[in-house]
Amino acid sequence: MEPFKTHRGLVATLDRANVDTDQIIPKQFLKSILKTGFGEHLFQDWRYRADGTPDPAFELNAPRFTGASILVTRKNFGCGSSREHAVWAVQQAGFRIVIAPSFADIFHTNSTKNGLLTVELQEAEVEEIFQMVGRYTGLEATVDLEHQRVTLHLPEELSFHFEMDGTVDLEHQRVTLHLPEELSFHFEMDGGVKEHLVLGLDAIGLTLQHDATITAFERRHDPQMGPQRYGV
Amino acid sequence: MSQTLFEKIWTRHVVETLPDGTALLYIDRHLVHEVTSPQAFEGLRLAKRRVRRPELTIATMDHNVPTDDRTVIRDPISKAQIDALAANCREFGVTLYDLASDRQGIVHIIGPELGLTLPGTTIVCGDSHTSTHGAFGTLAFGIGTSEVEHVLATQCLTQKRPKTFQIEFTGRPGPGVTAKDLILKLIGTIGTSGGTGHVFEYAGEAVRRLSMEQRMTICNMSIEAGARAGMIAPDDTTFQYLAAGKRPFAPKGAAFDQAVAFWKTLPSDPDAAFDKTLTLDAAQIAPQVTWGTNPGMVVDVTGRIPVPDAVPGASRRDVEQALAYMGLTPGTPMTEIAVDTVFIGSCTNARIEDLRAAAAIFKGRKTAPRVRVLVVPGSQQVRAQAEQEGLHTIFQQAGCEWRQSGCSMCLGMNPDQLKPGERCASTSNRNFEGRQGKGGRTHLVSPEMAAAAAIAGHFVDLRTWS
Repeated sequence: MEPFKTHRGLVATLDRANVDTDQIIPKQFLKSILKTGFGEHLFQDWRYRADGTPDPAFELNAPRFTGASILVTRKNFGCGSSREHAVWAVQQAGFRIVIAPSFADIFHTNSTKNGLLTVELQEAEVEEIFQMVGRYTGLEATVDLEHQRVTLHLPEELSFHFEMDGTVDLEHQRVTLHLPEELSFHFEMDGGVKEHLVLGLDAIGLTLQHDATITAFERRHDPQMGPQRYGV
Repeated sequence: MSQTLFEKIWTRHVVETLPDGTALLYIDRHLVHEVTSPQAFEGLRLAKRRVRRPELTIATMDHNVPTDDRTVIRDPISKAQIDALAANCREFGVTLYDLASDRQGIVHIIGPELGLTLPGTTIVCGDSHTSTHGAFGTLAFGIGTSEVEHVLATQCLTQKRPKTFQIEFTGRPGPGVTAKDLILKLIGTIGTSGGTGHVFEYAGEAVRRLSMEQRMTICNMSIEAGARAGMIAPDDTTFQYLAAGKRPFAPKGAAFDQAVAFWKTLPSDPDAAFDKTLTLDAAQIAPQVTWGTNPGMVVDVTGRIPVPDAVPGASRRDVEQALAYMGLTPGTPMTEIAVDTVFIGSCTNARIEDLRAAAAIFKGRKTAPRVRVLVVPGSQQVRAQAEQEGLHTIFQQAGCEWRQSGCSMCLGMNPDQLKPGERCASTSNRNFEGRQGKGGRTHLVSPEMAAAAAIAGHFVDLRTWS
């Protein structure tokens, strides 16, 4: 698995709660025995019209989100089925990070195993990102896993033209607001999960290093009942 | 120290506590099906790894299988996936109950039937409804394909210890109120993420009085409340189910008696503490019908389609989207909603007691004109039992289609699907958009409620319907 340290990219928003894995990747694509080919079917039923053309009403189809690599959405993302194809689809559509107030447990675990970073922020913080994305086209963010921070890169200034009476000589006729350059949020991350992602570890390889311990456990554990041979 | 049922099983299965605090947890049974396993077996091949304990790994094919003529799989991609499972099981030495087997069925139905599901054990499967097996006092949970590969290779998983959540159903449910209604009421109460990070333990008089099959219905849908797993302490009902003599993998004779002595040590200690608790009065619960696009969007059958601002825990936009998809108008009484299709099946409600309950409603009656009814037994054993009892004749005389076993229209990976706009009363577990077929509209109900809707042509309150 590819290590994850820090990533800067375009932010896209999907304003829906409880997005289930049936929406992320519908069942007809689960028949594949491969791990590839899912990206173009991410959110298939929302993304395409009956004739197969992209549905302009679906928010992620907006041209301003083309090339986005950070997906921001609402609570309980990835609920439902355990299909890991959902994670593969999100990744293969170009996303490296999903930010939401919460994730379903299995989706979160599946993401970790594939190096897709799931970042939990407070509901109010997610709302703030939604507002910023609504305001600034092309808004980018940096997600720094090591320091557990999401930083939004705002344009430095925002300026407005105003009409003036011609007798007043104000050459540029502009009001300019000076914004803070960035807006940044801390996120919590389980230490083990973070290490796993930062180092891009092979989980099975790690467990196999405990082979002797597992074998010793198996000698005293009856998988029919429990470790104590019926426990009595 | 006092322990909960979950803690007792967890502790017994920790091989090693890792430096980051996670546990290397031993897995006693690994159930495998065709959809979430091919990439895992391929991973083993690429890394030149073997299946560590093939004798603890059991496979069947259920998601893709046709339920009419199962000798012909017309969809070449489905066939390739089914063939891949057979080839992988041969290559890695895994027991497979294939389409020719009289033990084939939905993976969560055959586990208990075979006696693979035993109290005090850990079970995983690449399927979220693995929580079903918790009905036996088993720690059972769903995993993704990476973890399937992990268990195949190591028989272990690295797991962060979940929190515990006791759900107590006090009192006795009234007539016409089933295990399905209890679990739907719970999900409606705490929402689809109310259990995230937790393992449920269901307790209380109403749970103790349930049969094993009804307990499986409750545990099955724990995942729909976001819980990692759902469990019920083993008791005499559990022991009688396992002693029934038809369960090849359950212990027999003296081993069974020893096992029972162990199983009796499993229930949560009286003073054991849970991270969270909730009490619901089963006597106050009415038959439930979902109206929206997740299982938490549910009301009493006597209720109405809600107005968008009046749904706790859901935003106005979410409710409006759900109602638009479902083609429903706020204020409509649930009993005025007509259905085109009725699906009686799935790992939630396709065991023999479910079919008996549905047959009792269908007996001597006819389905409403233009309502298509599919009855899909959960396993070939359930099918055989139903036929022995003559239930299939009751279904067929009422106008239902009687099928072979499989997941079928619960998720429509096989040809059993809704058409766009079709409205279905379904005994399955998810009413997500497109779940039963693109554009299909799903209302989750109990088998009794589904059968009554099939006859009336719309939802009815079983308690007052004649």
